Amino acid sequence: MGKRVAKEVSIAVADAVAQCRVDVISAYPITPQTHIVEHLAELVNNGELDAEYIPVESEHAALSACIGAAATGARTFTSTSAQGLLFMYENIFIASALRLPIVMVIANRSISAPISIWNDHSDVMTIRDSGWIQTFAENGQEAVDLVYHAYKVAEKCLLPVAVNLDGFIVTHVVEPIEMPDQELVDKYLPPLKMKYKLDPKKPITIGAIGVPEIYTEAKKALDEALKASYKVIVQAWREFERLFGRKYQPVETYKMEDAEVGMIIMGSLAETAMNAVNEMRKKGKKVGLIRFRLWRPFPMQDFLKALGKVKALCVVDRAVSHCSTGGPVGIEVRSALYQSNKRPKVLNLIAGLSGRDVTVEDFMEMFEMTYESISKKPKFSYQIYGVKE
Amino acid sequence: MIEIRLHGRGGQGGVTSAELIAVAAIHQGKYAQAFPSFGPERRGAPVQAFARISDTRIRTREKIYHPDVVLVLDASLPKIVKVTAGLKEGGIVILNSSHSEKEVREMLGGYKGRLAMVDATKIALEELGLPITNTTMLGAFIKATGLVEPSFMEEALRERFGRLAEKNIKAFHRALEETKIYG
Repeated sequence: MGKRVAKEVSIAVADAVAQCRVDVISAYPITPQTHIVEHLAELVNNGELDAEYIPVESEHAALSACIGAAATGARTFTSTSAQGLLFMYENIFIASALRLPIVMVIANRSISAPISIWNDHSDVMTIRDSGWIQTFAENGQEAVDLVYHAYKVAEKCLLPVAVNLDGFIVTHVVEPIEMPDQELVDKYLPPLKMKYKLDPKKPITIGAIGVPEIYTEAKKALDEALKASYKVIVQAWREFERLFGRKYQPVETYKMEDAEVGMIIMGSLAETAMNAVNEMRKKGKKVGLIRFRLWRPFPMQDFLKALGKVKALCVVDRAVSHCSTGGPVGIEVRSALYQSNKRPKVLNLIAGLSGRDVTVEDFMEMFEMTYESISKKPKFSYQIYGVKE
Repeated sequence: MIEIRLHGRGGQGGVTSAELIAVAAIHQGKYAQAFPSFGPERRGAPVQAFARISDTRIRTREKIYHPDVVLVLDASLPKIVKVTAGLKEGGIVILNSSHSEKEVREMLGGYKGRLAMVDATKIALEELGLPITNTTMLGAFIKATGLVEPSFMEEALRERFGRLAEKNIKAFHRALEETKIYG
């Protein structure tokens, strides 16, 4: 039924990718993604993984190689962080528009300048609108499980999937992880069979020009495909639960049932925030936590259901959207609420930039600020938390 | 949950020590985390690494500010780093040192709490032929805290070091015997 191992999360993620029997890996090393691709290179070199590892001169080329390989029907993998993701940028949109089931792990890291190798979500938020399915892991186990899930979903929907895990805070931590048996992974993930692929025996064109007469329809088609992926994503998690015994859903909640104040955060800091929820509840404050595991397609109904009856909501963003109306998650949440009858107050804070530690005390202070915002309207639509004066 | 902070110098294997503590604890069926102080690594500079051990699932991503255990791999570090910083009341400092208890307490700024010491540099030189104390100090760690069974640490050392494991296991065992605990 699997094996409980003690592993650095990056190594476990690479092992999971190998268990998915990928055909082609192409990547350029960048901190903090490095250990993932190094370990995959090792597995290929040692003959433990029968895959083509294409070393390239840049991330632009890495994703290009994956696009080409995926178009021929190969199961592909790449991984990057921060500047690497930005260097891939034009190809990101092409991968989704061409409906190629590429899986990419993003070891989330801040974008320069100033140069930073530490964690926040400023890299992935730049591809928010790209048409990729995007999931966020909270810990090592989830990172590994989201890799299997990513291939299942990508290949059923013919859409690329980005699995996000926090650089260092998750990637570089040794922790216990259940690694499933290969047979189980094989059962979950049958070989990739693409109906339309590049094949000299049966030539087709992929990526032709989209004249004004068809471009709109092409964009609509991608939009519909991403919308329709929601059901596949949920079903793939249900099947995962049946086979592997671990349950996942688009939105995770913690003590939201009777909460009067909620907090939303994505990624691994939700674990720390849970401790703050426990501490606040010891003081008699009914608070709860919401975490988006699925970010694209945005899980609107799950989110509205998760809200319960909160009077106020603290949205903790891990990226700045300079001089807009909030952080990326804050903007999304406010927009989603506008389409419903629920109207909790929303306090949007930006925290944990470039690996700045966000402690239990910090989260408790954020909860207190949110309580205050119920009776006293904040003077800002978003605020960067914890700035040293 | 027990929180552990390791002090070493870049290149001395402090991160490996933290990882081995977590791996051994996980092998024993416990929950554990190990992580470096994230950032560029500089050979010779004072560095830290961290570990947590618990009987229940660990759900936090905070750094460690108030350790229960401080493990110091390099004998020269207490002079330049305040290794007792944030140490919990009732916590323990485990040091590589050839000095007397009195001298060490003075070096630690009049530290009065629990202390464990072993001359790990001497053991490492004799057993490994190198002044690399990271595996030796794991013996001191286990003697002083009892947090992990020695057999699980041996397993972790074998996994990690392959053919070099036996030397390291010998150094580890000597520290298990030679570590002295005060207070």
